[in-house]
Amino acid sequence: MIPLRRLLLKGSTTLPLAALLAGGLLQPSRLLAASWNHNAFTARQTDEALKAYGAVQPSPAGPRDITIHAPETAENGGKVDIEVSTTLPGAVSIAVFADKNAYPLCASIDFLPPALPFVKLQAKLLESTRIRAVVRSGDGKFHVAFREIKVTQGGCGA
Amino acid sequence: MNDPIKIRIQRHADFSEIRILLPHPMETGLSKDEQGRSLPPQFIQTLTVELNGKPLIDAQLNASVARNPLFAFRVRELKPGDRLAVAWVDNTGARRRDETVAS
Repeated sequence: MIPLRRLLLKGSTTLPLAALLAGGLLQPSRLLAASWNHNAFTARQTDEALKAYGAVQPSPAGPRDITIHAPETAENGGKVDIEVSTTLPGAVSIAVFADKNAYPLCASIDFLPPALPFVKLQAKLLESTRIRAVVRSGDGKFHVAFREIKVTQGGCGA
Repeated sequence: MNDPIKIRIQRHADFSEIRILLPHPMETGLSKDEQGRSLPPQFIQTLTVELNGKPLIDAQLNASVARNPLFAFRVRELKPGDRLAVAWVDNTGARRRDETVAS
């Protein structure tokens, strides 16, 4: 349903969608992809970013619901591996927040079948920070898990 | 800049992992060059992966994703001949799309 909703939202532009598709001028993926969530990505506080992302008060995840793999100490804050996976039923998205970054929301990922709810990414971390992984499960609810990462040398401008 | 996306597939017992390297400066706009001038922000905002023409991964990124970042995603199974397409668009409108076929 989500891709259809996006298509409809995107379809509100004045361009004749079908003609563009038929002419091969646009790739379907460009139309299906949601537009960048400006408010969430430019929020300076995690609470604000969570709200703009749509997850106002995610409930704390159970011990095995969300797994975050990340180094306890990162020598180089410019490139820190963060891996998130979840066993929450029907999980459709994962978002990663770094509380101490200038803009806490780092990435949000939507999974469509047959993708598994797993992501590994590389983030810049300005300083030692708490990481939050927010998962939306199949029932539409948001869940959160935390992880502390010590940063020896901060990634510039994160 | 705009170098090809590298896509690798790793098969495991109960899933296949798609590893993606995006050559991109991921410039935040907060750092400066040697003359102390601010470098303009340039970073990937959307990243999509398609499997056989259908959306699989739909990601939005911030400038705080690392320079030349590596991503990994997983699917239950990839069969020989499955087509994977990866595309990104950055905040300046630059874009890149590359494909691979599972062997």
